[in-house]
Amino acid sequence: MATAAANGRPFGWVPWALVAAIGAAALGIVALHRGETINALWLVVAAVCVYLTAYRFYATFIARKVLGIDPSRRTPAVRHNDGLDYVPTHRNVLFGHHFAAIAGAGPLVGPVLAAQMGYLPGTLWILVGVVFAGAVQDFLMLFISTRRDGRSLGEIIRAEMGNVPGVIAMIGILMIMIILLAVLALVVVKALAESPWGTFTVFATMPIALFMGLYGRYIRPGRIGEVSLIGLVGLLLAIILGEDVAASASWGPAFTFSGEELALMLIGYGFVASVIPVWLLLAPRDYLSTFLKIGTIVGLAIGILIVRPELQMPAVTRFIDGSGPVFAGNLFPFLFITIACGAVSGFSFARRLGNDAQDDRERGPFADDRLRRDADGKLRRDHGAGRRKRARSCHLLRAEQPSRADRHHDQRSRAGSVRLGLHRHAGDAGPGRLTGRRSDDPVPHRRRADPRRRHGQYPFERRRRARHDGLLVPFRHPVRGLVHPHHRRCRHARGAVHDPGSPRHVRGAVEGHQKLDRQPRGNCARGRRLGLVPLPGVTDPLGGINTLWPLFGISNQMLAAIALTLCTVVLFRMKRERYAWVTLLPLSWLLICTLTAGWQKMFHADPKIGFLAHASKYSDALARGEILAPAKSVAQMRQVIFNDYVNASLCALFIAVVLAIVFYGIRSVVSARRSDVPTTREVADALA
Amino acid sequence: MRWRDVLAQAARTARLMVGVPDYEAYAAHRRAEHPGEPVMSRAEFLRDRTERRFGAGGGISRCC
Repeated sequence: MATAAANGRPFGWVPWALVAAIGAAALGIVALHRGETINALWLVVAAVCVYLTAYRFYATFIARKVLGIDPSRRTPAVRHNDGLDYVPTHRNVLFGHHFAAIAGAGPLVGPVLAAQMGYLPGTLWILVGVVFAGAVQDFLMLFISTRRDGRSLGEIIRAEMGNVPGVIAMIGILMIMIILLAVLALVVVKALAESPWGTFTVFATMPIALFMGLYGRYIRPGRIGEVSLIGLVGLLLAIILGEDVAASASWGPAFTFSGEELALMLIGYGFVASVIPVWLLLAPRDYLSTFLKIGTIVGLAIGILIVRPELQMPAVTRFIDGSGPVFAGNLFPFLFITIACGAVSGFSFARRLGNDAQDDRERGPFADDRLRRDADGKLRRDHGAGRRKRARSCHLLRAEQPSRADRHHDQRSRAGSVRLGLHRHAGDAGPGRLTGRRSDDPVPHRRRADPRRRHGQYPFERRRRARHDGLLVPFRHPVRGLVHPHHRRCRHARGAVHDPGSPRHVRGAVEGHQKLDRQPRGNCARGRRLGLVPLPGVTDPLGGINTLWPLFGISNQMLAAIALTLCTVVLFRMKRERYAWVTLLPLSWLLICTLTAGWQKMFHADPKIGFLAHASKYSDALARGEILAPAKSVAQMRQVIFNDYVNASLCALFIAVVLAIVFYGIRSVVSARRSDVPTTREVADALA
Repeated sequence: MRWRDVLAQAARTARLMVGVPDYEAYAAHRRAEHPGEPVMSRAEFLRDRTERRFGAGGGISRCC
């Protein structure tokens, strides 16, 4: 589609001209419309046409000119094809996968909150912001990560900008994740509090999910279609029944809970769900919520097409002056902060690439097979890579090794590697058999065999390898397939919570017992995190969402700014600075927005906006012995003040993180400009 | 025949949308690249993938 014009199809431009014309017409109708109501259809048509046009022209421009995408380069899915985590997939099929994984509650809640300023400001930002910032960031991050074997944001920052910004970014991502979990849990708790219909429906999904789990496990294994159908019917029944339950005099009160009770239940649920097998409750519930989510979005779209409802809302309300009921603050910057990931999502690449696109090949029967195969050094085709690969292998078999010092020694001596069973003699039979000379004999030979080494391209290679257990190795040695999959798995298994820690101190999961006892612990932690954080939010007399959502928005947009900084640095390092405006433009806007918003949230004189002003207002009142409105006691007053200070510090932390990343970004750009050749660290296959 | 392909693709998309990877692709890959080595059955494959996705170090992560 995107190449229709380039392929010389003479009328390839006609459909695009039509799309553009329809989009312009729809936007024109929205713009010229006067009055209280407008048909929602026009907004949908305008959005679809704008996005299609942007996809056809702007995205093609970025792909061809800015990035110079090379179709002959192999993606990680092709390079590491294992049928499990790395599977070459048709792009349309893949689109469905992405679609399901990105849509959560955030993009729905943000724009709804922002509607207090009228439909127009939010709509415009969602159109412009996606085309020039959100989609650009997603596209570039996907590109960057694909050329780096699907690494996560923190790891790439570490490789492209240095260790310090990498660690700063990882800590920032961790903080933002916690805020994210808290806010999303809070959304759930607030939505269900005092709402028996919703509570009943959500509770009903648990027995449905249990049945789905058992059905899919024992009755008809592997029939996803049937399981889904059962779940869907059950879910719809639960929703329909919920109305009667809520209306019933005896059942209604039984499903009516306060926010506090729900937050405690969430903790209990998190614990139970994490100790029982995942296939029983977690997995089927995940299917259910995915159906619900996709169903909601598709249903909304179809519904708007059929019903064509009139929006009962002015284009711009009087609340743009910052006195809004849901969130306080002026249109700039708080509209953009509130919509948050409705337009530009900072989160889509913080974790996702670390999980889905990355290879995490698995425990399961094939993990051992792979370990063995690699330990045999089957992949020694690459010049000099065999030696390093074997060094890595030594490392992954650390369960068998007495100590780190011994390992260090073992890697460097032939006797040592024989002892470890890594060394094979030239005449050995078997899959790892080599004939003739090997590139991974002791050092002098290796020096001869490795031309890069001989030419002094990697003067620090050995020292670095001795010091780091792998994180930086693949980037410093762009030879393909260098880091052992097991390492990626270790890193992956730690997830975002462990990312900030040094990779060296995390033990691998090779040992069987670790696999057993690690699982519930990790999940417990997740469950507790889910439940504990919203509790103060619910008990906060101010009702957490009002204070936490702006914080969430700021952190989210700051994460997007961090990602865009990385994209800019990478563009400079690729020597594509001519086109750096593609990322510099949205980056500057995001920085202006988030820094202003962060500053105002801390220091604004209006207690409705500034956390510190709010805190001082309450402490003044406390000093005078008064109790201010939402708080009912002195203890609650103190809690409000404490929460204000926590929020202000979080705000300051986010600002510090983003400023530090920008500082290091500028430094990286300056040093990249000094070089005449590209300095990116991509995996080798991509460099070839 | 063509319709069957379209349907198969649609089913694959739907499965990926709920996070269930494609068994056919896996089996084809194992047969082509690792002849003679064991191939997980469909049920085994699903168990393995479920454990992988939701188990320790879990694979699910949603933005916002």
